[in-house]
Amino acid sequence: MAKTEAAAPPKNPTAPVNVWIGPVVAAWLIPGGGHFLQKRTGRGALILASVALMFLLGLAMRGTMYTPERGDLLTTLINYGGFLCNLCTGAFYILAKMFGYNVPDMAGDVHDYGTKFLVTAGLLNILAMVDAFEIASGKKD
Amino acid sequence: MLKINLSHFEAAFLFALFTSVVMGITSKKTDKERLHYGAYCFGYFLVALFAIGWLMRLGHG
Repeated sequence: MAKTEAAAPPKNPTAPVNVWIGPVVAAWLIPGGGHFLQKRTGRGALILASVALMFLLGLAMRGTMYTPERGDLLTTLINYGGFLCNLCTGAFYILAKMFGYNVPDMAGDVHDYGTKFLVTAGLLNILAMVDAFEIASGKKD
Repeated sequence: MLKINLSHFEAAFLFALFTSVVMGITSKKTDKERLHYGAYCFGYFLVALFAIGWLMRLGHG
């Protein structure tokens, strides 16, 4: 007699896109937005405050916003990576560009810290987007 | 637009603070664990800040 075996369920089923896309886009556009959307207000507020302050301090220190320019391998990597990180601050990046923020790359420790703050604000928002995704897909509270 | 000049220590302190807050929030599952991990990261950022600062000072002579 032939045996019928039920297909084993996948170990880590991925949640459907429509479940997590809203919180992830909200988290990109407004840091902490994904948490606000999922009623994690306290955590969302802390993320918003941290990313916003880091970005604003970066602007106040006249940090450079990267543009996707090509050059040798290292230059391309730095410019594209920095641009992606800047872009990940969402509305802050869009508003800064809209208001014409454009500081050329120049020597100086304060200016250099500003550039790092702007990039790190984007990196922190990526962490927040991943967290919003994990909450939406039920992997985390 | 506002322009500020932070010292190395002030900039690194603020960097450590904001980064620790977000890492604490996004890395752990309960509020207690988040608080502990955030404080842990912040503490180690400051230890590294002082240690590397002294290393550079001694290295430069």
